[in-house]
Amino acid sequence: MYEHDVIVVGGGGAGLRAAIAAHEEGADVAIVTKLHPVRSHTGAAEGGINAALQEGDSWQDHAYDTMKGSDYLGDAPAVDTFAQDAPEEVIQLEHWGMPFSREEDGTVSQRPFGGLSFPRTTYAGAETGHHMLHTLYEQVVKRGIEVYDEWYVSQVAVTDEDDPNERDCHGVVAWDVQSGEIAGFRARDGVILATGGLGQAYDHTTNAVANTGDGVAIAYRAGVPMEDMEMIQFHPTTLPSTGVLISEGVRGEGGILYNSEGERFMFEYGYATNDGELASRDVVARAELTEVQEGRGIDDEYVYLDMRHLGEERITDRLENILHLARDFEGVDGLEEPMPVKPGQHYAMGGIEVNEHGETCIDGLYAAGECACVSLHGGNRLGGNALPELLVFGARAGSHAAGADMPEPKIQTGPDPDAEREDLGVPVGEPGATEAAADGGAVENPDSDPEAVVEATAEEERERIETLLEREDGVNHADVRADLQESMTENVNVFREEENLEQALRDIQDARERYQDVYVADKSRTFNTDLQHTIETRNLLDVAEAITMGALARDEFRGAHWRKEHQERKDDEYLKHTLVSWNDGEPELWYRPVILEGDEQTYEPKIRSY
Amino acid sequence: MSTQTPDTDSENEQPSSTSPQERRMAEKQARKEQREADEAAAANEIQGETVELKVFRYDPEIEGKEEPRFDSFTVPFEKGMTVLDALIYARDEYDSSLTFRHSCRQAVCGSDAFFVNGSQRLGCQTQIADLDGPVRVEPLPHQDVVKDLVVEMDHFYDQMESVDPFFDPDETPDDELEEQRQDRENREKVKLSTRCIWCGACMSSCNIAAGDNKYLGPAAINKAYRFYMDEREGENKRQERLEIIEAEHGVWRCQTQFSCTNVCPKDIPLTDHIQELKREAVKQNLKFW
Repeated sequence: MYEHDVIVVGGGGAGLRAAIAAHEEGADVAIVTKLHPVRSHTGAAEGGINAALQEGDSWQDHAYDTMKGSDYLGDAPAVDTFAQDAPEEVIQLEHWGMPFSREEDGTVSQRPFGGLSFPRTTYAGAETGHHMLHTLYEQVVKRGIEVYDEWYVSQVAVTDEDDPNERDCHGVVAWDVQSGEIAGFRARDGVILATGGLGQAYDHTTNAVANTGDGVAIAYRAGVPMEDMEMIQFHPTTLPSTGVLISEGVRGEGGILYNSEGERFMFEYGYATNDGELASRDVVARAELTEVQEGRGIDDEYVYLDMRHLGEERITDRLENILHLARDFEGVDGLEEPMPVKPGQHYAMGGIEVNEHGETCIDGLYAAGECACVSLHGGNRLGGNALPELLVFGARAGSHAAGADMPEPKIQTGPDPDAEREDLGVPVGEPGATEAAADGGAVENPDSDPEAVVEATAEEERERIETLLEREDGVNHADVRADLQESMTENVNVFREEENLEQALRDIQDARERYQDVYVADKSRTFNTDLQHTIETRNLLDVAEAITMGALARDEFRGAHWRKEHQERKDDEYLKHTLVSWNDGEPELWYRPVILEGDEQTYEPKIRSY
Repeated sequence: MSTQTPDTDSENEQPSSTSPQERRMAEKQARKEQREADEAAAANEIQGETVELKVFRYDPEIEGKEEPRFDSFTVPFEKGMTVLDALIYARDEYDSSLTFRHSCRQAVCGSDAFFVNGSQRLGCQTQIADLDGPVRVEPLPHQDVVKDLVVEMDHFYDQMESVDPFFDPDETPDDELEEQRQDRENREKVKLSTRCIWCGACMSSCNIAAGDNKYLGPAAINKAYRFYMDEREGENKRQERLEIIEAEHGVWRCQTQFSCTNVCPKDIPLTDHIQELKREAVKQNLKFW
């Protein structure tokens, strides 16, 4: 058994920032990650990092824009904390050597971004995430923080009290991808899940192949509710053939969207008469698809994003990476021709329910970054708000786990026994519930000795993997995953209809049934990606189901969530977060009210126009 | 175990009057034009074209795979298909034990550097249409093979981490909200060096690194360059960096063969950076004379 004070699961932006914070607090911290940290998908973020740095801007304005962007589904304590902490975090990055783009006077440049009332997006070319990831990893190396890279965490070691609010987390179980060794990792002070996105639930996504929602599913099966899972961001500008992201920075610098008629549709068809291309992402994504549906798309599939008028010098200075991406992945020269773009799955606003210190309802279990839902982005995340989130809430989770003194949290977590459960009228959950070969869930261990809990979980994991590897014939996980992705893209996309959502839930049930017979053809212990992907697919089933359940239950239109039958925001009914609890394989859906009372102001829901 | 012998053509290559980066860009442009011509030709042909992959296989603990071999896969070709797409197809449709690293699919995570038709390339960035068939995919040369296309990266990481690969200024502003200033020109100076994605293609292509296990290698020297040239670091740290750079297995081992520069998927002028650091070392040594 390995042992540390704090175990961080995941080596992307949130994980690295959390590890540094915990280390600074004096903890013995280790990062356990399925990819070497520099391979993490934070590195693919392009546009920038929002923070109110300049005179004329303020954290209050940043908070207001964020709350408006969230369509009033953000929790004010999270939004306020975020906007207050972001400037210091950005300057901290600068002090760590981040190669930000600069003004003539040598200060950090800031550019306009969608949904922002002030140009407050700091950036490093159009490869901001790459530089941020490497800068953070450099600081991890500098501090000598231990990294277990290519170790796949498949379980958290949690005690088995009936009420998840009373459970304790004592560590994780991981296997060394290279050797196949399965080991317990005891965390004396805390486990921080920072596993990133879940875009692989869809087949057209900007996310990496590694973004399989592992942390979300692991925490869920240990008893932590998933929050606001239906809120999925579809980025308006992805390359049609691959889903590769074209940064919002292109529009921030003045890039223009055209339909097949050569019309600047954001203005001409009234989607956003003030901000046009720089409206919030959900607004632009819906506008593009509407254009295509009404026959004004190109090849019935996409629209054009044109940046030629910005000129070669400006493009090379601020958006050079976009030229490389468009050329390598779509065969288009952005200096000579407009780039084809369409919406693609990009970001999960929802995730593991946490408070503003990153704590889940399970003592000692934390989450930060995209896998977490502190409820900052609510119904829609603003461009440039994900990277500062990693910094702010990664740091807070790291500090808190390492024992830093922090004020009482204002955000509640954990299953609420008094909340009313929604009946969707469609079967959901685990066929065979907890007997499934690849089941997760809290370990049954009457002994509360922390090391015994970790060891028992490790033993359970060894048996589970043994069973999977022993099976000689069955279903290939790749087929199950492909069908799931196709159904999600078809049925749980930008435009959502009741009938389609129900179809998706039936498809997920079908996929779950087939997953019962899944088998791993590769019997090797060495670098068995077949095994790893098989377990990841199970995680995707859980997160996809929660996304769809939330989308079906929320019969209103808010942020990224649009319902054909309910095209209005219903503040009387739905100023509340969707929560899905595991409940031994029979998912329960319930709600908790949104917190709109902030530090200095109460955010009054207003009509959201750009 | 290590497999292939390196492609030695580059030994005789003389640096031409244009910079290696420009040459590479020109080659890329030529390839792109060729690809477009090929695609236009392909569009006129009947559907159902396929591509044949010959993929290196090895697994130390599986019977029949302990001895390295090549497996052939016939994959349906689609416009825009990359080497990585073809490998994923082969794995998901034919043999789920086919093993290779990959993640972002957009040339930023640096996981999928392979030896494709005899040169180091990122699978995700290499169009099948640019390659002669059958497409031969092997693990990176000069690195121990773990399984199939997966190589041991620890040595590469060790070299990267041996050059103090972190920003280390002599002092930073006391005010936690005050940034350090950096000139636009200085940022431009380090810009290309900061693009490195740690894919290891350069190290694998380098004959010197192949023969000298202690040689820092192009990527690590480039990392040192990135900080040495950053005006925000102080004079003390620069001296320390120079000592690392010009130690026995540092910059002076480089024989200016440009193989690293030729394979870098991010077009970093690695050889130029190494040469520039050699000049810095000479300048410093003259100063102390």
